[in-house]
Amino acid sequence: MSRLTLAAALVALVALPAAAAERFVLVQSTTSTANSGLYDAILPQFEAATGIQARVVAVGTGQALKNARNCDGDLLVVHARAAEETFVAEGHGLARHALMHNDFVIVGPADDPAGAAGTPDAAAALTAIARAAAPFASRGDESGTHAKERALWTAAGIDAAAASGTWYRETGSGMGATLNLAVGMDAYALTDRATWVAFANKAGHRIVAEGDPALFNPYGVIRVNPERCPNVRAAEAEALEAWLLSPAGQDAIAAYRRDGQQLFHPDAAD
Amino acid sequence: MDGFSGAVSAAFGLLAALDPELTGIVGLSLAVSLGATVTACALGMPLGALLAVARFPGRGLLAAMISALMGLPPVVAGLAVYLMLSASGPLGPLGLLYTPTAMVIAQTLLVLPIVAALTRETVAALHDEYDELLRSMNAGRMFALGTLLVDARFALTTAALAGFGRALAEVGAVMIVGGNIAHATRVMTTAIALETSKGELALALALGAVLVALSALIHGAVALLRNRAEGPAHA
Amino acid sequence: MTEGDRILPFPGRRAPGETSDAPAIPTLPEPAPTLEGVVLLRGGRRLLDGLTLRLPGHGITALMGPNGAGKSLSLRVMAGLVRPDLGQVRSIAIATSLVFQRPVLLRRSVRANLDHALRAARVPRRERPGRVAELLGLGALEGLADQPARALSGGEAQRLALVRALAVRPRLLLLDEPTASLDPRSTAAIERLAARVAEEATEVVLVTHDPGQAARMADRIIFMHRGRDVETAPAAAFLDRPETPAARAYLDGRLLI
Repeated sequence: MSRLTLAAALVALVALPAAAAERFVLVQSTTSTANSGLYDAILPQFEAATGIQARVVAVGTGQALKNARNCDGDLLVVHARAAEETFVAEGHGLARHALMHNDFVIVGPADDPAGAAGTPDAAAALTAIARAAAPFASRGDESGTHAKERALWTAAGIDAAAASGTWYRETGSGMGATLNLAVGMDAYALTDRATWVAFANKAGHRIVAEGDPALFNPYGVIRVNPERCPNVRAAEAEALEAWLLSPAGQDAIAAYRRDGQQLFHPDAAD
Repeated sequence: MDGFSGAVSAAFGLLAALDPELTGIVGLSLAVSLGATVTACALGMPLGALLAVARFPGRGLLAAMISALMGLPPVVAGLAVYLMLSASGPLGPLGLLYTPTAMVIAQTLLVLPIVAALTRETVAALHDEYDELLRSMNAGRMFALGTLLVDARFALTTAALAGFGRALAEVGAVMIVGGNIAHATRVMTTAIALETSKGELALALALGAVLVALSALIHGAVALLRNRAEGPAHA
Repeated sequence: MTEGDRILPFPGRRAPGETSDAPAIPTLPEPAPTLEGVVLLRGGRRLLDGLTLRLPGHGITALMGPNGAGKSLSLRVMAGLVRPDLGQVRSIAIATSLVFQRPVLLRRSVRANLDHALRAARVPRRERPGRVAELLGLGALEGLADQPARALSGGEAQRLALVRALAVRPRLLLLDEPTASLDPRSTAAIERLAARVAEEATEVVLVTHDPGQAARMADRIIFMHRGRDVETAPAAAFLDRPETPAARAYLDGRLLI
């Protein structure tokens, strides 16, 4: 018995360091880029080109920025422009580079009980939802999507948070979990298009509002400041950032498709 | 849920074909949870036995605290370990965050109270029975403690299995301190959470089925070993 | 114990004038442990009330007396399990073994129980297998060596407990009603075993309620009542003509507590 546990301990101890090794870069990232499968598609190309392993922690923009403030990451891929600029201005990051964009969409039940589908823009769609008191699933987690959603409510002149617990449901979860919940309770939700297209549990849900310039969703890439965080893998982070912004990286992003749709549009070319 | 049976057979198919991605995830799950269980047993069993046998001030309080910690939410354990291991935390220089070692530490925190509390209960009962015998043998304290632990071995195996089950099943702690990094710190439960958030519910459930099957396999193997060790007379 | 075995050396004084009935042993160890004026209080009651036990250092002494007289308790005091509130205990704990009325066996095989006791007695590893075999033989347990101890019958379990108590090669073996719950055959086996032990330089103190057992086994009887030693006499004399009224009442079955 004791010999068995000893052996097991040895196996565990030997097995673990094997998993941690070699050159890598730690990316703190929004979830949409991970959940939509983008990283699985493009990062192997980076790894093949440089021999550097890219390790992605996908947690949502708010959490990603917080973790990077704690120096727990080398590179950021996030989508909350204002928060990104604050992060850089405070000296936590070197510079924000435009990486790519796509757009947000408002999704809802197939029968669209609030009649959001016929409205001209995002603000009108949200107004229709609020007026009908139709259930709306909010991320409620300080993510980039959540920040965008709050900006849209403000633009529509609606204090959605006041309805929290009634038709306005804050899930406090990631995009996928929030979409699962929206599908389950026939609620509307704001999501980035990439996550939505790749999302496999749509059931009857469909896009009810899209195309409004207010729904623009730009992604930025930021290197964590090595002067603030001496532990960062600066060279590896620089290599990944350079590759993402290079023609090779940008082409790889543009080439990624789900169901025939391009999910992300490169922004670094010009 | 048309896709479920298909996803289950696909998941077990991948496992049977030793798909490197899936076997890597399963292997890491087992290694991390086993590492945590072994560590927790190495610390928790002597601690529990000591609490059962020794008399010292604060013993009752300590025992109560350990029992209360059995209900420690994994997320809280994860958060505590994250704050310790974060680059800006006290143990940041070790560079352990987002490594399997960090996951072992967090799960050890979860398993330790279970193992210690169950050990205390088991050993206390055994101590009542053996105390006079061991004292009449003039056995030393450590010898007596060893005797109690050895004779509680079957109950302690159950305690270890309960701890292992908790470790294998939890997602909150390993998600935070491991980061669910593909090919580095992704384990069964965080993979299930990821597939769920992708809306791949059938695949998530299939991975869950694999997890349950593995867990059943381990429990079965232990039960078999125990039966053999215990002999027919104890069955 | 087999002939030629050496007694564990232990510190202490020799009893003046003590003699041995085991010629293979050149020196005689420590005098028999004695309780002197022992008082044990529990919850305001005097469970032992000035008890003095003088043991001769050899043979079998039976402790008799009604329930609550303090017989088992006095064994525990001699074994060092219970510390008295007053009085003196002269015993050699390391060389004293106690067999309980209900045997406490480890959750291991018969063999492992014996090995454990030998380890507790700090017997070197290489000597242990031989000693285990010897004890198995003594208890007629060879065929059961690999059985789980807790699956043994009552008689087998008590034989195991008894030979296990010999692992430390005690000078003093304390038996607390060892046959109380056994059938006649098992009782006979335990009695034979105890008698054999007593022949080989180990003094035996036996708590018993059974005058027949006392007559068969004991050289001397100490009659206890209410925490005191009331009467000490050679076994035959005591059973024939008890001197004190309490002892007479007890033997007539009129003194239950």
